[in-house]
Amino acid sequence: MSTETRTEAAAPEPAPASGVKESAPQAKAIAEALTTGERPARPSPMSTSLTFGWRALLKIKHVPEQLFDVTVFPVMMTLLFTYLFGGALAGSVQDYIAFLAPGVLVQSVLFITMYTGTTLRTDIDRGVFDRFRSLPIWRPSALVGMLLGDGVRFAVGSTVTALVCLAIGWRPAGGFVGVVAGIGLVLIFAFSLGWIWTFLSMILRTPGSIMGVASFVLMPLLFGSNIFVDPSTMPGWLQAWVEVNPISHLVTAVRDLMNGMPVGPELGWSLMWSAGLVAVFGSLTMWKYRDPS
Amino acid sequence: MTDLAIETSGLTKIYGDTRAVDGIDLAIPRGGVHGFLGPNGAGKTTTIRMLATLIRPDAGSARVLGHDIVHASDEVRSRVALTGQFASVDEDLSGRENLRLLAKLYGFRGAGATRRADELLGAFGLEGAADRQVKKYSGGMRRRIDIAASLVVTPELLFLDEPTTGLDPRSRIEVWDIVRALVAHGTTVMLTTQYLDEADQLAGRISVIDQGRIIAEGASSELKASVGSGSLHVRVMHRADLAAVREILVRELGVEVETTTDPHGLVAALEDRSGVTRALSSLEAAKLELAQFALGQPTLDEVFLALTGHTADGGDSPDGQPTDEEVAA
Repeated sequence: MSTETRTEAAAPEPAPASGVKESAPQAKAIAEALTTGERPARPSPMSTSLTFGWRALLKIKHVPEQLFDVTVFPVMMTLLFTYLFGGALAGSVQDYIAFLAPGVLVQSVLFITMYTGTTLRTDIDRGVFDRFRSLPIWRPSALVGMLLGDGVRFAVGSTVTALVCLAIGWRPAGGFVGVVAGIGLVLIFAFSLGWIWTFLSMILRTPGSIMGVASFVLMPLLFGSNIFVDPSTMPGWLQAWVEVNPISHLVTAVRDLMNGMPVGPELGWSLMWSAGLVAVFGSLTMWKYRDPS
Repeated sequence: MTDLAIETSGLTKIYGDTRAVDGIDLAIPRGGVHGFLGPNGAGKTTTIRMLATLIRPDAGSARVLGHDIVHASDEVRSRVALTGQFASVDEDLSGRENLRLLAKLYGFRGAGATRRADELLGAFGLEGAADRQVKKYSGGMRRRIDIAASLVVTPELLFLDEPTTGLDPRSRIEVWDIVRALVAHGTTVMLTTQYLDEADQLAGRISVIDQGRIIAEGASSELKASVGSGSLHVRVMHRADLAAVREILVRELGVEVETTTDPHGLVAALEDRSGVTRALSSLEAAKLELAQFALGQPTLDEVFLALTGHTADGGDSPDGQPTDEEVAA
């Protein structure tokens, strides 16, 4: 094969006019890069998951608009609901924010989890995911890493929401530790809920349809809950739903943590729901991940 | 058994009512470039995706480098790499970040990953663009970073899915040189393409695929020989003469004479070359002027036409949409 002479001759081409330092690929250098032959040991699932988490952070660095939804949306929700309902429901904004803050934090974070699904669908469509799926790594790590990276966005969203609540008069009895513990619990639940959206992105073909289905799922969960009002004023059938709604358990647990109250069985329920979501939708996602539509 | 790079039997993938891949049998030895040639929607990409364990076959079986693609998919994944329309890099990240990401996923640590990324950037002439987002790369640079991403750990088998679709001629030649360098190093390359000259240039052996089936296989010279001893191309000076010229050629050569996409052109596949001189003399005697004529080995385009009954780039779909169909399939 006369490869060598061909490529050697082609190599010293003039640099393109753009002025950017760019040279043609060099067959010799490519051969050298190949002969390195270094094949490191297979990395652990933890390591690859964290690497994918790093990718998510790099994407935030390059596309900072990604932080728009996690900051502006929670601020808007908090202000709207507090000033809209505060006077009517609790007599004053001051009194209402004490009730609402933990709930609106849960609502803000869980609402933005659905972007996980649309982002993943976009990745699949662009072909990046096929590259990842072709790698000899622990299979769920691309998705776990993505959800971990989203965890960072959710943490930013939670912090922003908490700060807005503090600014308009929220004084949680649980103090800093209580608030952080509450946010921690929300993040665990958000990570688990994310697996529903990853599954949706495996079976639905467009980001729009994922968004539609996700909203449809979230609406009754978030609004049919104890986030905004005490369920004791609701009709019986709605109370029954609110009672079994996992979001209500989560909100109660987060409230207890943030208000410095002893935490009831709701903490256990929330963690069990989280584990259940990962088990069911994590498995479904990985099953479809082998052959997504 | 294991000296085969790819071995499939009855490999099938069905999407709805479409048999995208309809029982493909392949036995591809290690080393060199194997061309996988076919028009849009022929099933090339679907086949490659199955072989690279990205989708699961509906029927049949396949072994890649001796490992079953369904039951030992992890073994397959650790030995192959792929580059193509569907396996790309993250457009939002820079070239260096993409390569570092992959290096880390292959187990390189911090500084090692950075070193490997820089090595590849250098080899592929991308140092200058290393910190730019990939979405700002030109087509040729984009293809180079895609290929570099497949070589973070040297694969035994590389799938290249239409590596030069949409590239300018210079970038095409660069990609060809890269492929030759890979082969010289000992990597087996399976290349899909809809460009016949690309298969001709690079591939030792070629499988021609159409509508999910392999319709021919062999070295490019064998495929050409299968359609006769060559062909005569003529281009008439005056378009009005076309019918008259055709008539004389049919009479003198005793074979069918086809029109081409060029309104002035005619082409005849020859059984043997003996009638050519006589045919040209007759044309001269009839005062039918030719702008040019050429007698040559059949091109792979003609092979394709002869095998499938339609031209490679026409296919059954209107041209202009080079890849979408297969991706959607």
